[in-house]
Amino acid sequence: MDNTKRWYEQSGAEGDVVISTRVRLARNLSGTPFPAGLTPERKREVSERVRGALKSCESGGDYDYLEMGNMTARDALAMVERHLISPEFAQCSEGSALLLKKDESVSIMVNEEDHIRLQVMRPGLDLDEAYREADELDTELDGKLHFAFDDRLGYLTQCPTNLGTGMRASIMLHLPALQERGAIQQLAGTVSKLGLTIRGLYGEGSKPEGAIYQLSNQVTLGISERSAIENLKGIASQIIREERAGREQLRQNPRFEDMVWRSLGILRTARLLSHDEFMTLISNLRVGVALGVIPDVSIDTLSGLIADAQPAAIMAAARRDMEPAERDAERAKMVRERLEAE
Amino acid sequence: MLCQNCGKRPATTFLKKTVNGETSEWHLCAECAAKQGIGSMFGGFDLGNFWGSLFAEPSARAVADTVRCEGCGHSFREIVDSGKAGCPECYTTFYDQLLPSIQRIHGKTRHTGKVPSSGGEEIKKENEIERLRRELSECIAEQQYEKCAELRDRIQALEKENSGGTAEK
Repeated sequence: MDNTKRWYEQSGAEGDVVISTRVRLARNLSGTPFPAGLTPERKREVSERVRGALKSCESGGDYDYLEMGNMTARDALAMVERHLISPEFAQCSEGSALLLKKDESVSIMVNEEDHIRLQVMRPGLDLDEAYREADELDTELDGKLHFAFDDRLGYLTQCPTNLGTGMRASIMLHLPALQERGAIQQLAGTVSKLGLTIRGLYGEGSKPEGAIYQLSNQVTLGISERSAIENLKGIASQIIREERAGREQLRQNPRFEDMVWRSLGILRTARLLSHDEFMTLISNLRVGVALGVIPDVSIDTLSGLIADAQPAAIMAAARRDMEPAERDAERAKMVRERLEAE
Repeated sequence: MLCQNCGKRPATTFLKKTVNGETSEWHLCAECAAKQGIGSMFGGFDLGNFWGSLFAEPSARAVADTVRCEGCGHSFREIVDSGKAGCPECYTTFYDQLLPSIQRIHGKTRHTGKVPSSGGEEIKKENEIERLRRELSECIAEQQYEKCAELRDRIQALEKENSGGTAEK
């Protein structure tokens, strides 16, 4: 891995369609009430225990320890945008803490809904490696912390939807061709029968901005981690194949090439870019780059831009709050600079 | 456009909620949106109570207020009302009462997969059986019949040890 880049600024396997992979494990300390029933002091004790255990882990690596009570709402939201923490965790305060690996590829939320939410992120499609890393860290932490487990119900979690493996594996997909064809609705129906869900990542409704979707397993009890991951991989490879076929069809249409170049034109020259417009244009450009229509822009640059041009990310980088209009100007400036540097 | 809640500041957040097919739309300023628990684009969304109407079971009504979890002091009624278990121990205390809901959510009621060091011997053996079965099918595919026989014996031995009537197919 290129060490000068953060994990999400590089593309991985099947990077033309798969943006990233994430595996999350929910764990709790046995003999301790779930965080909702703990005072700030007791939450702090849990945070310190987890911090101490992680320090002595061989596979630990370099982590930052961030107390949520000391984090500004802006910084917390920027972390939500980068999928390092959940929206719920951004609102957690006293006693909750985030352990974040320096390269941001592993984050451990302490005292979210469960005592521990451990997640590993990788660029591209990389479920096996993401799970291997999460599993290894989980085993080491369990040796020191002793996670709550029941032979019948598996890992015990506050919410019954996570019982069993406590694992949620997800992949983030760029599906402009399938969205254009109106195939997502049908896809959602099919995957739900297989214990998976697919949902738009940015914005609500049937046409999420940027055509970015998240596919993840839903059922955690009675299905092993390995089976859930194989299941997800199987469906993902079919979706990738369909999306690629759809893109080849798009390529035949002269209007498509025109749209891709126009999108680049606007991104390189605009002085104001709203979030919606940016997501639509960058999505067009991403397909164009993936298909080789646009020769001298890299997918990595676009991935970095998608991460950094989100509303809270812009404000976190500037270290101050901004009105939307000001953000739009800042976003346009950032996009111009990065696309010119190519 | 001004915020529909306070009518003073400019609306910067558009909130659209669809609950059971009924859609409501709001244009809010950042401050009023924050009061609603919405930080710009991220809304905290209450997915509702996963336990559903557990009191339909007579056995559940019987323990609703009388039995309390030793781990956290929660009663069964408190768990159902909040939709949340109080501590890991709650699942042992109220196992029989919670099981119907767990079945509804996952379609299954028995864990398969990773077992931590604290897990029981039986489930560890089940995992071992599953692993040996996978190995067996690989051997069959590779036509290594001698090894197949050996694996089959080990699987049968483990199954015999585990046949306390609780092993599920």
